[in-house]
Amino acid sequence: MDALELARWQFGVTTVYHFLFVPVTIGMSLLVAILNTAWVRTGKVAYLRATKFFGTLFLINFAMGVVTGIVQEFQFGMNWSTYSRFVGDIFGAPLALEALLAFFLESTFLGLWLFGWGRLPKRVHLACIWIVAFGTMLSAYFILAANSFMQWPVGFKVNQRAELVDFGAVLTNKVVLATFPHTVFGCWLAGGVILMAVSAWHLARKRDLEVFRPSLRLGIAAVLVGALGTLVSGDILGKIMTQTQPMKMAAAEALYETRQPAPFSLFTIGTLDGTKPIYQLEIPNLLSQLATGSFDGKVEGINNLQAAYERRFGPGDYRPYIPVAYWGFRLMIGFGLLAALVALVLLWLTRGRQVRGTGWVWKVAVWSVVLPFLAHSFGWIFTEMARQPWIVFTQMKTADGVSPSVGAGTVLTSLIVFTILYGGLALVEVGLMIKYGRATPPSADDAEPHDGGETSFAY
Amino acid sequence: MELTEVWFVAITVLWVGYFVLEGFDFGVGMMLPVVARNETERRVMIDTIGPVWDGNEVWLITAGGATFAAFPEWYASLFSGFYLPLLLILVALIVRGVGFEYRGKRDSVAWRLRWDAGIVAGSFVPALLWGIAFANIVRGVRLDADHEYVGTFWDLLNPYALLGGLTTLTLFATHGAVFLALKTRGEISRRAASVALKTGVAAAVLMVGFLAWTQIYGGVVGTVILAVFAVLAFASALGAIARGRQGWAFLLSAVAIGVTVISLFVVLHPNVLPSTINPAYSLTVENAAATPKTLGIMTGIAAFFLPLVVLYQSWTYWVFRHRVGAG
Repeated sequence: MDALELARWQFGVTTVYHFLFVPVTIGMSLLVAILNTAWVRTGKVAYLRATKFFGTLFLINFAMGVVTGIVQEFQFGMNWSTYSRFVGDIFGAPLALEALLAFFLESTFLGLWLFGWGRLPKRVHLACIWIVAFGTMLSAYFILAANSFMQWPVGFKVNQRAELVDFGAVLTNKVVLATFPHTVFGCWLAGGVILMAVSAWHLARKRDLEVFRPSLRLGIAAVLVGALGTLVSGDILGKIMTQTQPMKMAAAEALYETRQPAPFSLFTIGTLDGTKPIYQLEIPNLLSQLATGSFDGKVEGINNLQAAYERRFGPGDYRPYIPVAYWGFRLMIGFGLLAALVALVLLWLTRGRQVRGTGWVWKVAVWSVVLPFLAHSFGWIFTEMARQPWIVFTQMKTADGVSPSVGAGTVLTSLIVFTILYGGLALVEVGLMIKYGRATPPSADDAEPHDGGETSFAY
Repeated sequence: MELTEVWFVAITVLWVGYFVLEGFDFGVGMMLPVVARNETERRVMIDTIGPVWDGNEVWLITAGGATFAAFPEWYASLFSGFYLPLLLILVALIVRGVGFEYRGKRDSVAWRLRWDAGIVAGSFVPALLWGIAFANIVRGVRLDADHEYVGTFWDLLNPYALLGGLTTLTLFATHGAVFLALKTRGEISRRAASVALKTGVAAAVLMVGFLAWTQIYGGVVGTVILAVFAVLAFASALGAIARGRQGWAFLLSAVAIGVTVISLFVVLHPNVLPSTINPAYSLTVENAAATPKTLGIMTGIAAFFLPLVVLYQSWTYWVFRHRVGAG
């Protein structure tokens, strides 16, 4: 493999890994803030115990999100210096603002929340976790605005490099306006699933019902709101994607020839890239609806688009790798919907102040914890890989963005280092999440904050 | 003042903030095996930086992001050129950050010892490498006409840079020990103060040598005055710690680190990354900068939010101003 391929692998590995922690951070900071608010409002100690219990899980995850995030910022310069030179005038600003406006808020106020129990007035302390939750969402906006420039560059002119013309246009790119809610709802879904799965484990053993029944219900609510929001925003995003990156939509469907109306294939058996389907389960007209908003809209096929791009950009292959696009798109949606289904079943089982449920239902609920991670990972793999061969759509190809001064051996070294380090940390992290997920929530006495700053250790 | 100059100053400020703040939490990490005698003392030490280390690290992320936004060419050449040192710094910061959060999460001596080793190494490595990196920035590196780094990893380990690395290493170690003396009580505080004096003498000698050597890369009267001021501040910090004036000692060592960083940036200016192949290939505040449009927008936002950050971070330090002790 050459430096380009290795750099792409490294970006894929480190980004997907980083984004295992991001949705939990965004989703759980909000849910912990809600639990904390419930305690401050009602004074019920069960809510306080839940706050502390899930706060610990949140922190175990947050640490990993922070440290793997620094890699992301450095990586653009290290592996993609030509890209950085080209887009820095536009792409750098959202990254700087993300740090200045959001990361400072998150990290500072999380420190205050974590170490401030009993030291800060209750409401000030509560405000800290809300500020953390707000900060996480703000950071999502900036980084998605930067990513959206790569999907659909706006507000710039090219003068050897991409130069900023309209910052407002960059921040209100129609792609970010849809991607932001899509991602944040997906994060709420992920946070909700954590609450749901962990609570299910305890409820299956009939432990601490007063803590875990409300937690389960909150988790379910977050999953359902998240799923609904993700679907609606995803539908809007699909239509925007069809306008902005028709090749991505065609690749998502493995639609080779332009069709009107176009059906949506649920799955295909045959060649991986869908060129020779043996069996295909199709829903007529659905792709037309998803892509254009009309049941008999015309959807452009890969072959037509390839020809059109060759005319516009010169000879070359403008098709992304179809199997990843086709299956990534389906698996993203499928795993997300599956999580929602589990939540609906649990909602039914916990109706009317009851907790029903047999062993296998709880087992499924516990294992549903993997679903949002799969959905988020496939979503990112889809949206980034189906943009290829472009690093900035229509402006710069991925192959042209790599650092010319960095050799394949160097990139390979860092790829190996990160893979081993991240793999080891994943084992440690999952081990701790399981340990603390199965732990008994702190007792009423331990949970109650007291001004014992000297003896209480947060670590 | 030109916007490019404003951003050169802004990035100086961000690095000053980073080294003054994370400098002491690197120091606390390095001091873990030196100052603490048992597990309780190690927890006390880590709790002195517990509420703030993550916020301190954001100064680095902001400095990186601001460099990307304001001087894309600088960011691109620097990060691709200093690839392996940055990789080591990233690994160190990852291990150390996770170590703080995870060391207490299992009740096992072996588990804690492993994370503590990670915290010590993860504090030591960046404290050394940041000095090496900044010395190379001031000295210049092998940049070609396209602003690409064409030197090797070993070129970065030249004597001047190594001296710079040892200087930041000992300065941060001392800064951390002074912070510990200020934030703890009793035996730990006394031990930290006595360690600070020892590392402080080494740091002072290295600092004098490094700052004197720095002057040949573009020193003027102003930078000599800054260097002397930094050394005097640091010497006073040591004097203060010897007399048990820990608050003053910490303030003075913070000033010493801050002024040292400022003096490096003044020597560097108007370059941002000089080329040792041909001065015409050097990256400067002019040829590395983003457009005035981007710089203007960033200036407006930073002018409001950077002071706000300083304000709420100061409040954090106020909330956690008490000394940490065991039982």
